[in-house]
Amino acid sequence: MSGSKGDRRKERIDRGIKVRSDSVYAISSWKEITYLIAPRLVLILGLALAPLLLSAAPYWQRVVSIICVYSLLAIGFDFLANYVGLVSLGGGFYVGVGAYAAALLNTYFGLPPIITIPMATLLGAIICTVLFLPCLPLRGVYFAIVSLMYPLLAARIIEALDIFGGTDGILGVDGFSNVWLEQYFLILCVLVMVFALRRLVEEDIGLVFRGVKDNDQAVKASGININEFKALGVFIASALGCLGGACLTHMYMWAGLSQFALDFSIIPIAATVVGGGGTLVGPVLGCMILVPVSELLRDFGSLRIAVYSIVLTAFIVFKSEGIMTYAARKYEQFERWVEI
Amino acid sequence: MGSEPLLSVRNVSKKFGGVLALSGVSLDVFTGDIVGIIGPNGSGKTTLVNAITGFIQADTGAVHFKGKDITNWKPHKIAALGLTRTFQVMRPYFSLPAYKNLIVPLFSPRARKTGGWRGGGKMGSRDTVAVDILEEIGFERDSYVPFKMASSLPTGYLKRLELARCLALRPEIIICDEVFSGLSMSEMASMVPLIEKLQMEGITLIMVEHRLRELFRLAGRVVVLNFGCKIAEGTSEEVMEYPEVKEAYFGSEEVYDYV
Repeated sequence: MSGSKGDRRKERIDRGIKVRSDSVYAISSWKEITYLIAPRLVLILGLALAPLLLSAAPYWQRVVSIICVYSLLAIGFDFLANYVGLVSLGGGFYVGVGAYAAALLNTYFGLPPIITIPMATLLGAIICTVLFLPCLPLRGVYFAIVSLMYPLLAARIIEALDIFGGTDGILGVDGFSNVWLEQYFLILCVLVMVFALRRLVEEDIGLVFRGVKDNDQAVKASGININEFKALGVFIASALGCLGGACLTHMYMWAGLSQFALDFSIIPIAATVVGGGGTLVGPVLGCMILVPVSELLRDFGSLRIAVYSIVLTAFIVFKSEGIMTYAARKYEQFERWVEI
Repeated sequence: MGSEPLLSVRNVSKKFGGVLALSGVSLDVFTGDIVGIIGPNGSGKTTLVNAITGFIQADTGAVHFKGKDITNWKPHKIAALGLTRTFQVMRPYFSLPAYKNLIVPLFSPRARKTGGWRGGGKMGSRDTVAVDILEEIGFERDSYVPFKMASSLPTGYLKRLELARCLALRPEIIICDEVFSGLSMSEMASMVPLIEKLQMEGITLIMVEHRLRELFRLAGRVVVLNFGCKIAEGTSEEVMEYPEVKEAYFGSEEVYDYV
């Protein structure tokens, strides 16, 4: 404790408007309403305008759809990792199951995309949850390792048994009737899921999820079966992944082994790190950065992975909290230097 | 006695590798009792608690609660029957405020069935019930302690939070694993009447404890464990007279007194 002159420290103080309006529903002034709604509006308008602004470049329009698919996966990963405590590398499996389910429903039963997508989401999530049931007692890195097995195993089984079209995949799947429908459907899904999950984790049932993450022993001692809640968490996350996979199938009019690719397991994690884990919006933000970057780097071939790794490492070292956490702090607090 | 014990532990044994952590421990607990379990470090106290509450599987023996055989049941099922426990190492849900910690037990099937703490009919908001429980157990509502983050609470409040988590289930038995350890003198002094209040409300307590002075004030009956065996049982005065107990437990203390 040196009391010498010139010693200063940084002080962070909540903005008055945040103190008043945070989780208080009776809001009095336009200023406060704007303060609360502005960040949400930026996200909604940003996503809603993206296809319009990019309408001149169909290639980049497709990138918006892919961002949305990855965003769905990343939201699921963030929810599972930061609110349920299961680090799942099974993203590729969720997408693959959703994709094949949608393709099979479409080609064998002739159902239109409007029915196959919800059905594939639900059916796929049930399949994923049932298959993950044996791993639910595992924790931490053990769950991560086992969950990584699923996409690899599924692809090998399809390849070896030559089922569902084998290595050729399932061809001749119906596409979306037009590109706008595809884009806005996906954007709507992402927005609804982000806001719904952000709501869910603050509800009583969401607190139980967070309890399972913080201290599963205490949850057990509270008379709650933690495996039920873990299963529910996996169901939610895999439903998001299957939804993305089903949309992907109809986008490409094809379901194949590449939908079990590890990209779907890895990019959501990177997006969560870059965007800020535990915020649920952060992963969407992360996808908006990483997916276009990886498209831009496509010309560099395998060097893409190197750039990717550098970006990721830089984020982990210098801004491990992620963009969203950082931005939220700047928005909600001001900093000042005080003499001590 | 005559009446049926609320909790009866028969010949419970547990081996960890080659170490016999518990060997044939039996224990009866009757409604309204405060039973103390004492013993030196590593004598199997916490292992016994874990075996009773299902956190570890006993190798042999049986545990009956309210006449039901609950041997090796899953922990959440045992808790749902009304046999709850606190943990020696307190790990609250650090990312949540203190009162939100109680939402988890209040969300459990048992709490929802009994309609909240003290059966207040239809449970209103769980938040309200949670703050009420915390106030009952010594969190000053006026000073906003219930609304502070669990990660910023001192040990004394964390111990109370552990008890509150049990209370939220409206249990019949609470097993307290060292609620006095790590508390300051004043915190301990305020914990004793709290335990007495719980007993007055009809909750049966089993207290695993190192703080003998406080325990002997509370417990009607004390069980002494050493090397996984029950070496004595009786009132606090009675167990002090056992030569094995003196040797295992109080020997060092007496020597210390003479010095």
